[in-house]
Amino acid sequence: MENLAKSGATAVDQSNFGQAPGESRYNPMTFEPVIGVEVHAQLRTRTKLFCGCPTSFGLPPNTQVCPVCLGLPGSLPALNQRAVEMAVRTGLALNCELIFSNQFSRKNYFYPDLPKGYQISQYDLPICGPGWLEISVHGKSKKVRIRRAHLEEDAGKNVHNEQGEGSHVDLNRAGTPLLEIVTEPDLYSSDEVDAYLKALRDLLVYLNVCDGNMEQGSFRCEPNVSLRPQGQDTLGTKVELKNINSFRYAKDALNYEIIRQAELLGEGGAVQQETRLWDVNKGQTAVMRSKEAAHDYRYFPDPDLLPVTLDSQWIEELSHTIPELPSSRLQRFVQDYHLSEYDAAVLTDSKGLADYFESCVTHFPHPKTVSNWMTGELLRELNASGISPEASPVSPERLVELLQLVDSGTVSLKAARELFPELYSTGMTPEQLVKEKSLVQVSDEGQLNVIIEEVLSKHSAQVEQYRGGKEAVLGFLVGQVMKASKGKANPGKVNELLKCSLAS
Amino acid sequence: MALFKLTLKELQEKFTSGEISAGEIARAYLLRISQVESKIKAYISVNSKESLLENAQAIDDGLKAWRKTEPLMAMPLGIKDNICTEGMRTTCGSRMLEHFVPPYNATVMTRLKAQQPLILGKTNLDEFAMGSSTEHSAFGPSRNPWSQKHIPGGSSGGSAAAVAADECVAALGSDTGGSIRQPAACCGVVGLKPTYGRVSRYGLVAFASSLDQIGPITKTVTDAAIMLNAIAGHDPLDSTSANRDVPDFTKSTKKKDLKKLVIGIPHEYFAEGLDTEVAEKIHEAIQVLGGIGGKIQDVTLPSTGRAIATYYLIATAEASSNLARYDGVKYGFRAKESQELAEMYHSTRSQGFGPEVKRRIMLGTYALSAGYYEAYYGKAQAVRTMIQRDFDAVFQEVDVLVSPVMPTPAFQLGERLQDPLQMYLSDIYTIPANLAGLPAISIPCGLSSKGLPIGLQLMGRRFEENIVLRAAYAYEQATNWRSKRPVIRS
Repeated sequence: MENLAKSGATAVDQSNFGQAPGESRYNPMTFEPVIGVEVHAQLRTRTKLFCGCPTSFGLPPNTQVCPVCLGLPGSLPALNQRAVEMAVRTGLALNCELIFSNQFSRKNYFYPDLPKGYQISQYDLPICGPGWLEISVHGKSKKVRIRRAHLEEDAGKNVHNEQGEGSHVDLNRAGTPLLEIVTEPDLYSSDEVDAYLKALRDLLVYLNVCDGNMEQGSFRCEPNVSLRPQGQDTLGTKVELKNINSFRYAKDALNYEIIRQAELLGEGGAVQQETRLWDVNKGQTAVMRSKEAAHDYRYFPDPDLLPVTLDSQWIEELSHTIPELPSSRLQRFVQDYHLSEYDAAVLTDSKGLADYFESCVTHFPHPKTVSNWMTGELLRELNASGISPEASPVSPERLVELLQLVDSGTVSLKAARELFPELYSTGMTPEQLVKEKSLVQVSDEGQLNVIIEEVLSKHSAQVEQYRGGKEAVLGFLVGQVMKASKGKANPGKVNELLKCSLAS
Repeated sequence: MALFKLTLKELQEKFTSGEISAGEIARAYLLRISQVESKIKAYISVNSKESLLENAQAIDDGLKAWRKTEPLMAMPLGIKDNICTEGMRTTCGSRMLEHFVPPYNATVMTRLKAQQPLILGKTNLDEFAMGSSTEHSAFGPSRNPWSQKHIPGGSSGGSAAAVAADECVAALGSDTGGSIRQPAACCGVVGLKPTYGRVSRYGLVAFASSLDQIGPITKTVTDAAIMLNAIAGHDPLDSTSANRDVPDFTKSTKKKDLKKLVIGIPHEYFAEGLDTEVAEKIHEAIQVLGGIGGKIQDVTLPSTGRAIATYYLIATAEASSNLARYDGVKYGFRAKESQELAEMYHSTRSQGFGPEVKRRIMLGTYALSAGYYEAYYGKAQAVRTMIQRDFDAVFQEVDVLVSPVMPTPAFQLGERLQDPLQMYLSDIYTIPANLAGLPAISIPCGLSSKGLPIGLQLMGRRFEENIVLRAAYAYEQATNWRSKRPVIRS
């Protein structure tokens, strides 16, 4: 069965499932996948959700801990208001109904990385109720309904030392604030899931509530998928997928799982309700736990924490702090700067890049030129070095300086383009670099006329042809002047002066 | 008169006036402990002689430099062993935490220590404060100073016995269903459970978070007010602690009459099961209260009969979760030679917890489990609200409620150990105040024919400890039960 599924996965990789027929023995067109997504976003608070320990990443084990996040006897949680604020701002951006009296509950289970034997989470009264996020898939926009978003604390980490004895627990991460954002089952393909995840991550990064780093685990997604015959309204049995730490894996795992379920159902089998892990190396999902083995978490309201009450005036104030979100910024870039939909999408892909663009345009009001430089030279360098736009060695001010040098004719466009990688790697100012490389374009009429006279005297035959009415010869003469100036002559100026000389 | 016989207020006055030094106090109490502790077994740990004398010396030296005293300076105190004391082991009366030394102080300890008391030691309790006799302590039971064959009550039995046996001048206990008031009654001392939220729970090892409250056990009502002054107040580390002003409670222990106070007698607290001798003493006390100006009024609290069942669902449910952290992973007891994780959890918790704790964890786990939650925990919360409403209604008419603390005087060691239900019934009159979060005090109101103390309970409105203390003080002054002292036989 797994082999069959694997061959099927290949088929789906080459087509968009649900839109084009696959090559599987069982026609996946018969079934429609229905997908919901849970995302755990780590909130960018300075301290943990219920104590004053820092949320720093990558420090020596068990150094960012205190009696509260260690779960020592007698310690009590005290809620971090910044986390509440971030959850509210996210809720507002996701058009959620806010729950004005929400509550923390205990989710009880035993695991070594869970110091209290329960996780403080939200259950029947989450901070954010129903909302929606607009996404764009293949140029079509769609509203994905958000079911809820709730606050909870992260667990620690079990560390298994392969050489040494036994297992260890690192509780640095224990108590880090997470916002779990859950959709309704509104997504019907892995492409839609991909678009949703990217849109959600952009939004969280725009709000500055999450750094969106999937590899470090600050943005974790757990899709669940079920299949149903095309045209049927009721949902099939769903399978939850875990261990997905990149957008790519989310797509791969879903595509694999959709085919696996389609084949099961096509053979007359039944999908089991279970949680499956994505195995990157095998390119397969495998059972982690079945429904029967599912925990009874014995949720109950945490008696150590009072219900969280939201003040409507505070919410009103927070609503003014919501920055312009990616989708509306994209529309504005198209309308106000007359950029193409494509360019606007590239530039608003991250808040940093969009801010960079607008910063440039303020000082150099030629949006199309800025856009071309950014989507070309700048992004090429940023992507190659893996640096974010905010940290770019070429700041918006520097890029504007360079563009002004081109605009004023001080350097040629070609020279500026060639210069950019060096500008990026050395951190020098454009002016310094241009001078050092003596790339300053020669526009001085006196200097240029000396060269022109030399060229004209060398090529008297062509001069005669031109004067005889063969104007196309001008290009040849311009080329000769450029050559003689080692490319530094300002071509526009050369053109102008040549015409003048030839006419005299 | 021997130093150890003094009340907190008397000792304070002698120390403040310079008549006695901290060193003398420390030596007097160390001597007293050495004489009677082997019979009473009030303490799980006693601080070393060296460290106590060193602390006392530091206090005396400090006073020479600048004569500024604090109300509890040099006062010898006992601390229930479920309150975290930095650098001093905190066992909760359990094998699970036999060697656990907290790296931090409970908020009440930080507050006490700011006044430089002498912390004599950590007092015995039923394991994790679950019990009414200290018989569930992993370190053996404490004895009632009035009769060593009898229980001192529980769970703060060590604190009550220590105060009654003059092994400390005052102590801290914790009260989840009567654990301060019931042992105070058994030992003939004063026990005050403050309003839920009045005293920070930070650092009190949790049994049932929505019910637990720290409070003093003392020789007199005035002493209780002095102790409450020191520990009460808002704490940002405890989200359930109340952010409201704390009055000077000693101002409530001045007036000797109850003029303008209405005293309610709840009919349900005098029903079947109440020992006739206890009933007699309570009725005599009501006469006294009327005699000093209280207006006596019969009232009814119809949901009282449901309190025990409600309590044993809520308290055990919360406990089952609160005690999940004792898993052998991070600190405390871990069973040896487990091959894998589930086995380690199983053996650690099977061997580390005593039978009563395990019974309650199982009860609570069941009450919270899928399919039963609504019927048990959900229903219990609804009934809890009913009980609170009963009190709200009654407190529209009366200022203080009077009742027995316990249906009988102290029972004998071993008498109810095999019958948990009988044991649970000893909390029948104290539990409602926890469910409703009310302040309540237990004060001595006589002796049984066998010479065992009987306690009177006064309950008040939330955050009205001052009225409860006022009534208790007036009663104490109108009677002379406080002068009756146990004789500890060898």
